[in-house]
Amino acid sequence: MAELIHPEEKIEIKAAVTKPITKIALIGNPNSGKSSLFNQLTGLNQKVGNFPGVTVDKKTGICQLAPQQKARIIDLPGTYSLYPKSLDEKVIIDLLYNQQSDLYPDLVIVTADASNLKRNLLLFTQLVDLQIPAVLALNMMDVAEKDGVKINMEQLQQDLGVPIIPVNARTGSGIAALKIVISQQLPVPNRAFFQIPEEFSGLIKPIRQYFNLQTDYLAWHFAHQYKNLTFLSETDKRFLSDLLGQYSFNSNTLQASETINRYTLINELLLDSVRVEKADTNEKFSNRLDQILTHKIWGYLIFFGVLFMMFQAIFAWATYPMDLIDEGITAINNFIQARFDGPLINLLTEGVIAGLGGILIFIPQIALLFAFIAILEETGYMARVTFMMDKIMRKFGLNGKSIVPLISGVACAVPAVMAARNIDNWKDRMITIFVTPLMSCSARIPVYTVLIALVVPEKYYLGFLNLQGMVLMGLYLLGFTAAVLSAWVMKLILKARERSYFIMEFPVYKMPRWKNVGLTIIEKVKAFVFEAGKVIIAISIILWVMASYGPGNRVAQAEQTVQQQAQQYNWTPAETSLHLSTQKLEASYAGVLGRAMEPVIRPLGFDWKIGIALLTSFAAREVFVGTISTIYSVGDEENIKTIKEKLLSEKDEAGQIFFTPARAFSLLIFYVFAMQCMSTLAVVYRETKSWKWPIMQLFYMSGLAYVCSFIVYQIFK
Amino acid sequence: MQKRKSVRDLKVGESGTICCLNDPEMSLKLLEMGCIPGTPVKLNSKAPLGDPITIIVNDYTLSLRLDEAGTILLK
Repeated sequence: MAELIHPEEKIEIKAAVTKPITKIALIGNPNSGKSSLFNQLTGLNQKVGNFPGVTVDKKTGICQLAPQQKARIIDLPGTYSLYPKSLDEKVIIDLLYNQQSDLYPDLVIVTADASNLKRNLLLFTQLVDLQIPAVLALNMMDVAEKDGVKINMEQLQQDLGVPIIPVNARTGSGIAALKIVISQQLPVPNRAFFQIPEEFSGLIKPIRQYFNLQTDYLAWHFAHQYKNLTFLSETDKRFLSDLLGQYSFNSNTLQASETINRYTLINELLLDSVRVEKADTNEKFSNRLDQILTHKIWGYLIFFGVLFMMFQAIFAWATYPMDLIDEGITAINNFIQARFDGPLINLLTEGVIAGLGGILIFIPQIALLFAFIAILEETGYMARVTFMMDKIMRKFGLNGKSIVPLISGVACAVPAVMAARNIDNWKDRMITIFVTPLMSCSARIPVYTVLIALVVPEKYYLGFLNLQGMVLMGLYLLGFTAAVLSAWVMKLILKARERSYFIMEFPVYKMPRWKNVGLTIIEKVKAFVFEAGKVIIAISIILWVMASYGPGNRVAQAEQTVQQQAQQYNWTPAETSLHLSTQKLEASYAGVLGRAMEPVIRPLGFDWKIGIALLTSFAAREVFVGTISTIYSVGDEENIKTIKEKLLSEKDEAGQIFFTPARAFSLLIFYVFAMQCMSTLAVVYRETKSWKWPIMQLFYMSGLAYVCSFIVYQIFK
Repeated sequence: MQKRKSVRDLKVGESGTICCLNDPEMSLKLLEMGCIPGTPVKLNSKAPLGDPITIIVNDYTLSLRLDEAGTILLK
């Protein structure tokens, strides 16, 4: 090829094209302001995914460092050291110790809380010993100053051997300086904080050679943690375990002495550069507040007040946007149906768009719920709640932190299962995820309301205690009791992989950072819509097909019969279309399945019509009311009253009223327990990364529902 | 042999100095959180039901269960 371009120019062009985006990992203690810093650096350019092979969220974002320079920021789970204790934290070592990983960083930003420098520096010194280029972002300088902590920056920078940038992740000050520093090529830190004991040098050398590692300290971590490193092959692991067998390598003792050595060194270091001049006022303020907020009586009262407010918000405020979404979806469907016709259009409107509506309608509730949870987390109050609830929850195999998912479950199990991610103990987390769907979610409300209206008289006791309201509350309590008791059973069955502990930093009370709250909401809503949405739409389509087509030409025959009857009895077009939909549904595959189910559900008092409703409820429980009104041809302008009248006039084969209290209660109990939510199963699969859990849930909850309904029906009938 | 006093035995507001940790597995976590032998520790508060508790160590508040506090022995 002729040299058309001058060699130097060519190199320059090539460099500009192939210059890779710098990968920057963000690491730090929990509560060190890491997430705020991530939000400051990346704003709305965030993406949430999963780390390969695990359920832990992987947040990455693009940061514009300079006009021509971008960096990819990878937000790692908060951790106190490079010896991970929870599954979430294990992600960190998998990423930092595997140079072949796509996410292996060119640089790490370590965030540290300046008001608690000692503990924050432990992780920092470990990272420096790995010799990855690092910057220390010293956060919360304002808090430290208020506490009377004076830091000599120059001295500290010299002692630590890496650039230190004071930042305020709340206000954004210092971010520009941080960007300038990270846009430059930083040298590998040349300071070592820890000496590997002499007697293990014979162990380190072969590990370094075998894996081609750059530092002794990395080899040291391979020796400690090879079992946790997913990127090592079985041969690699056997090599390490054989090698370790030749040494008396006690990982626990060695880690303990390493930690003590590091702290000793950090203490000495900080003597030079940090002076504390007056007592810590911030801590005192928090402590005073805690005397009220974690008080024996006030503590619980305030907590229940907060819960009450949360539910009010979720139930009352969320209805307006939910109605709007519902109306919007109906309007779109009507618009399309008025202009086009045909099976494909029906699939689009009744299958896809209706399914989509079933997802979108939950957005207001999910957004509100996560707004509340984010605010409670941000202020530091959530830590107090888990603290107050831990002893009670522990009795049932749960953990103080399980309270958040359980409470959220009353709104919707989908975000609640996602909220269980805060629980770092594997067993506690699995039990929490397993029992959360037993909490009565808001989708059960329409079913409860219709059936209660049907069989519970509207009576008042003491002038204000509404009997129907009390039954409703009873159903919620029933769900909660079932959740707690199931947790207790699970506790006995499930084998623990790790020990349960509750060692947790008690954060200082703070004002919430609204930007973080907003970003959390966006992130959770996105995760829900895209992850659970896929499954719901698929199921909606399947259900639509089952309800629209039947074996042979049965559906066409049903259509003909209705047309004939319409002429015969002089039905209005509205009446005709009502009968049409009822007859078609009966003739469809869904109707056939309902009939086939009948022998199984007969002992519960249900007939094939309810069978169809149970089947369609599987897409989402609130579909029950719609299905029932279709089957009993209530008409489009359904409301609870007309449904009630229609159901009350329904007769069984012997001419008796079909919906007896026994049948209605049996159905109610069924809806309290049964797992009838594709979205929840989809989310549980996503969170546990295995079909084992959702399948177990499906069988356990449906079995429980069946047995309890059976008992209720047999007793009351 | 008399049982060593641990953080568990402190009264609210009372302080002590950490001597050692007697549970090898739990100690790693506690060490990382700054419960280093020789460090002063103060029992700050108890949860309404008496467990867990909060302690102040290295100028910050740490909450832990009584069982865990029992593994932090005092001088």
